[in-house]
Amino acid sequence: MSDAIDVQPDSVLDVKGLCCPMPVVKSKKAMDTIEVGQVLEIVGTDPGSKGDIPAWAKRAGHEFLGSKEDGDVFHFFVKKGK
Amino acid sequence: MADRIAIIASKGTLDMAYPPLIVATTAASMGIEAGIFFTFYGLDIINKKKYANLKVAPVGNPSMPVPVPNIIGMLPGMTAMASKMMKGMMAKEKVPTIPEFIAMCADLDVKLWPCQLTLDVMKIDIDDIVPEAEKTCGAGAFLDYAMEAKITLFI
Repeated sequence: MSDAIDVQPDSVLDVKGLCCPMPVVKSKKAMDTIEVGQVLEIVGTDPGSKGDIPAWAKRAGHEFLGSKEDGDVFHFFVKKGK
Repeated sequence: MADRIAIIASKGTLDMAYPPLIVATTAASMGIEAGIFFTFYGLDIINKKKYANLKVAPVGNPSMPVPVPNIIGMLPGMTAMASKMMKGMMAKEKVPTIPEFIAMCADLDVKLWPCQLTLDVMKIDIDDIVPEAEKTCGAGAFLDYAMEAKITLFI
């Protein structure tokens, strides 16, 4: 995981406490509400998301910008591609 | 053509109901077309009378979180107890229930097909199948869908 990411998100999605598959499903729904080029920050606690969110972003046609960890909380930054 | 995953769900126990629903909703969220063909006991997953009360049996199941000897697991009420325990564990982790997953499938445009043969053999009324499901079909229609899929799973 890259730690130095400093991106200002356009929208923030809180999926703390949720586990597979909900972070991915809710990220998809959140992406549907923002514009192409905007950045979604996904804040969660599921360690599985470290693999799932980048994979989801790639397959769904978005750009995974990076992530950072803050204790048990993960922050993922994804730019909407389509 | 869009990527596609085709799944056959053939088991109706609580533990076997989750994998097809989790994989299909995840796939749909990733922009992958997803469809599930519910056959034999798997039809219980989209049966309104059963889907909220799917069970897991401790008998012959060495994988229970709390191991249960078969001679205890066979006692009346043990299956209900094990099912309640597993549902409690799922709820604690905020895993959606089976009915919630079915609603999510509809929202994400996951196709849910009831197997016509199963309805006939098991004498199940089509009105008992969730309204989110498509029309019934058979192996031919599933194969036609699956021929264009990159992933096919039998669960």
